[in-house]
Amino acid sequence: MKIALRHGAGGEETSKLIHDIFAAHFQNEILNKMEDAAVLPEFKGIPVFTSDSFVVEPLFFPGGDIGKLSVCGTVNDLACMGAKPLYLTASFILETGMDSETLEKVAASMAATAEEAGVKIVAGDTKVVEGNGGVYINTAGIGVRPAACSISAANLKPGDAIILTGTLGDHHATILTQRLQMETSLQSDCAPLNNMVQAVLDAGIDIHTIRDITRGGLATVAAELAEASGCRINLEEEKLPVSVAVQGLSGILGLDPLTMGNEGKMLLAVPKDEAEKALAVLKKTKYGKHAVIAGEVVEGTGVFLLTVLGSYRKVLPLRGEGLPRIC
Amino acid sequence: MREKELAAFLQNYKGRPLKLMEVCGTHTSALYRTGLRQLLPETVTLVSGPGCPVCVTPTSYIDKLVEYAFTPGCRVMTFGDMLAVPGSKMSLAEARDQGGAADFFYAPEDVLEKAKTHSDTTFILAAVGFETTAPVWATVIKTAADRQIKNVKFLTALKTMPQALAFLCSRGKIDGFLCPGHVAVITGSEPFEQLAETYSETMVIGGFSQPLLLRAMVRLVLESSREQAGLWNEYPSVVKRSGNPAAQKIVDEIFEAGDAVWRGTGRLPGSGLYIKEKYKSFDAGSRGLNEDRIPPGCLCSRIVLGDALPAQCPHFGKRCTPEHPVGACMVSSEGTCCITLRESGTK
Repeated sequence: MKIALRHGAGGEETSKLIHDIFAAHFQNEILNKMEDAAVLPEFKGIPVFTSDSFVVEPLFFPGGDIGKLSVCGTVNDLACMGAKPLYLTASFILETGMDSETLEKVAASMAATAEEAGVKIVAGDTKVVEGNGGVYINTAGIGVRPAACSISAANLKPGDAIILTGTLGDHHATILTQRLQMETSLQSDCAPLNNMVQAVLDAGIDIHTIRDITRGGLATVAAELAEASGCRINLEEEKLPVSVAVQGLSGILGLDPLTMGNEGKMLLAVPKDEAEKALAVLKKTKYGKHAVIAGEVVEGTGVFLLTVLGSYRKVLPLRGEGLPRIC
Repeated sequence: MREKELAAFLQNYKGRPLKLMEVCGTHTSALYRTGLRQLLPETVTLVSGPGCPVCVTPTSYIDKLVEYAFTPGCRVMTFGDMLAVPGSKMSLAEARDQGGAADFFYAPEDVLEKAKTHSDTTFILAAVGFETTAPVWATVIKTAADRQIKNVKFLTALKTMPQALAFLCSRGKIDGFLCPGHVAVITGSEPFEQLAETYSETMVIGGFSQPLLLRAMVRLVLESSREQAGLWNEYPSVVKRSGNPAAQKIVDEIFEAGDAVWRGTGRLPGSGLYIKEKYKSFDAGSRGLNEDRIPPGCLCSRIVLGDALPAQCPHFGKRCTPEHPVGACMVSSEGTCCITLRESGTK
């Protein structure tokens, strides 16, 4: 079945679409009531709330799809604040001409990712616009964190170690090669990282800052954190984890893995004396096997790279548009 | 370990003071990115040459594009960098804000497709570049001719490197040149060999990755400190003696050499490429755009010759920034001032 304007008109066809696809995949006791808004149980802890929209092209790529991405993006943003993600909303803008089977695959992927992350999709919306079979998804998410948690972009402290949870640029490189119709072994790293973060928190480590390394890459993320905290970040070129495939592709296309985005990697800042312990915990998690300590926070401003030659060079945030529509 | 030994050689160089020039804008950027520039001791001064096409384009060229942007029925198409370059009155971006028709492309051949579906518009393509981009422009012009697309015209500001290097060599102020690797892929190493011989100059052709650039810089410091004249090709994997014959052939078919004005150097005989008589219906009036009006105080014309460093310009980082450029060297991502402002800063 092809999606048509009538599927977003709010009538019978809309109800059937919601029932057959979204309700079928996302079902849980809150959504199943099909109220105008989800009524949530009382929270224990400080609510943390965020929203993200997804416009990736192509919709399906090695290692993920727009549905998986739309759950991971919001879950990971909550996890970056030290919050345990609980509930998501999911709103869809469908373009006419979309196959309902495609939409079903997207919904199934969202449901599987939500289950892995331990979150429930409790409300949503569907609209249809004229187009060419595309889909755009917005997810909003709510989670809770303890009142004592102070994880923040502005909380880097001189003496912190910078930990990267895995290789840089994988998602960006995957989307790029898909667009260029290149055949490679690249896979997007798109993944829900809340369980990984929870493992580090459960180990009692005093995490100062967490940031997922998405659009703009490590260079941009580190620059934002350094500025927000009024500190300088020194990264070590030799320690930066980049896969052979991403390295090769960057070489050919003149890209810099430092400004390429991920969807399943994080930067964590922890006090140096807790860094080895944090690393050991991360390495035992599903998505943190290749975690490394790649730098440190010192007094000063900006982000610098200690090159393999032994000199420091400035690391610049992404300038201009980079690769559009990677998430 | 070998890399670290080479790096240590540069870092600990204590020979005679050297003034070296990297000619190519991509080298300027790569020298910062690899951390090589930051390694150099005070005895080695590295200046940037006229190797950014946008930076050496005279203002009259921009003015002509602006004029086209305001000509009914015309639309100016350029690479993104070109939009912000200040002309004597305004940049193309400012012209666009005032209702002028100017837009950027990712690939010039895309404009040919656009021209087919917009037959009532004449597309003026700003064809700027060196030997590296000239073959691309030649191919686009040839395609437009073969497909009889009549509503595209080209305002060219294409330049060739050896003549500019000859000018710089003749001034005798530079101890050694890091020659442009990408240009040499097209031209071959031969023209550089001849220059090194004629002017008894130390020249090294270098690549762009850290290991290649490190080799080239070590070679350059070593040979220029010994005052050894000659050309060393440290990018032999892709730079051959006679260059790329296919690229040279298409350029020869479409273009012929003529005098060109470079910002900073003035008119250099035979340093420009102009559309030949056979294809002249595609030329939007590229010859004779010689006037170059530089804003008061702007040091671009001395910076592209290596006579001044960006930080010596009174506007650098103050009135002149990549967001609000006063001079052309601040506009392009290959421009010395833009690169220096963004990348400088070490410990």
